[in-house]
Amino acid sequence: MIDKRIGTPAEAVADIPDGATVMIGGFGEAGSPIELIHALIDRGARDLTVVNNNTGSGEVGLAALIKERRVARMICSYPRTANSTVFPELYRNDEIELELVPQGTLAERIRAGGAGIPAFYTPTSVGTPLSEGKEHRRFDGREYVLEHGLTADFSLIKAKVSDRHGNLIFNKTARNFAPVMAMAGRTTVVQADAVVDAGDLDPECIVTPGIFVQRVVEVTEPLQESELVAQGVSYP
Amino acid sequence: MTAHEGVGWSRDEMAERAAMDIPDGAYVNLGIGIPELVATHVPEGREFIYHTENGLLGMGPSPEPGGGEPELINAGKKRVTAVPGAAYFHHADSFAMIRGGHLDLCVLGALQVSHDGDLANWSTGGPDAIPAVGGAMDLVAGVKTVFVITQHTTKDGTPKLVEACTYPLTSPGVVDRIFTNLAVIDVTDEGFQLVQLAPGASYEMVASKTDAPIKPMSENPAREGTTP
Repeated sequence: MIDKRIGTPAEAVADIPDGATVMIGGFGEAGSPIELIHALIDRGARDLTVVNNNTGSGEVGLAALIKERRVARMICSYPRTANSTVFPELYRNDEIELELVPQGTLAERIRAGGAGIPAFYTPTSVGTPLSEGKEHRRFDGREYVLEHGLTADFSLIKAKVSDRHGNLIFNKTARNFAPVMAMAGRTTVVQADAVVDAGDLDPECIVTPGIFVQRVVEVTEPLQESELVAQGVSYP
Repeated sequence: MTAHEGVGWSRDEMAERAAMDIPDGAYVNLGIGIPELVATHVPEGREFIYHTENGLLGMGPSPEPGGGEPELINAGKKRVTAVPGAAYFHHADSFAMIRGGHLDLCVLGALQVSHDGDLANWSTGGPDAIPAVGGAMDLVAGVKTVFVITQHTTKDGTPKLVEACTYPLTSPGVVDRIFTNLAVIDVTDEGFQLVQLAPGASYEMVASKTDAPIKPMSENPAREGTTP
């Protein structure tokens, strides 16, 4: 029987090794799998390459992972957000590497990686510093830049509901990068507000089919980043 | 503009003026800052559908203070609402809408705009600056019409409309129309073209605060309320 359910966030991330590339879903706090990130901090893996749109806020979730010096390299589009102080300080001290990627190129690189496409041409960033040194090519008179697909050893994402096969639905704008990161992660770990039996989700409404998901852990009342930041919480 | 009290448009009036030039039925992406105010000035009888790149078509107004929910936010990570008929989608689909030419118009802020339509709005390139690009480069690469709303100069009076941008580019040659506190200006094949003056502003005032040639309106009559 296929059953991707795992008991705890700690068990779900227990084999993430030093040096792993980890995609973490979320746009700001919307869709951030905060319990999985905290379990990854507890796990202790270091020298990680992390892919996320941002760099977290306050000293919880992704920002806490960065603050604990577990992240050697960030791949993101917007490392500057309200309440984001951890990353800027390390970056200015040359203690963390940044690969800045336009947001749509980031999403498409992840999608391509998950879809078996090694690289693609995009008009985004042509004529700017972000396309310097990259291969360019003209199609129908317009200039494009070659961008490479991205894959990850692990993807950590948050869903609203998963069934035991890992079929997922999401909550509003918390969906953001999760479906493409699920595709691009060799091991995709989901924290879901609710886990139901196979057949409980309408097949017409499933957003991410379970083939892209390896592990599911139920977190019924997930912490909310903005609340923790407002309370001045620092993890661990 | 302390030197010209009472002259020009306020932030709200700039947004209102830009909204007049958005056609009925347009799919529109609004940038962070003054562009966000455009949504509060939809002209009577028109309906726009707002796209926010983090995965929502049909973005509605902000919820009451203290209301809303943390997983329904806009690109600026502020809480928003969804209108009846809204749709959620993932990031790759969202940028397929943008890059694939499906959005009619975007309204962005700017650090600098050149008279060739080059836009710089993501980094000052300073040694201590944290570079952050977000979706700006994708938007200008794919959206059909690009509006910019910006103050005409920086706070210290330095022109933001220039011959050549000194900040890193978001993209060369993409801006169609600029709404400043002093004027509406088109970017044409021959450079800046004045379209309309704000109340109390003169051509000479606008020209003196623009660091590139700008053609006066007499060479191209005002086209208030039209789209380029």
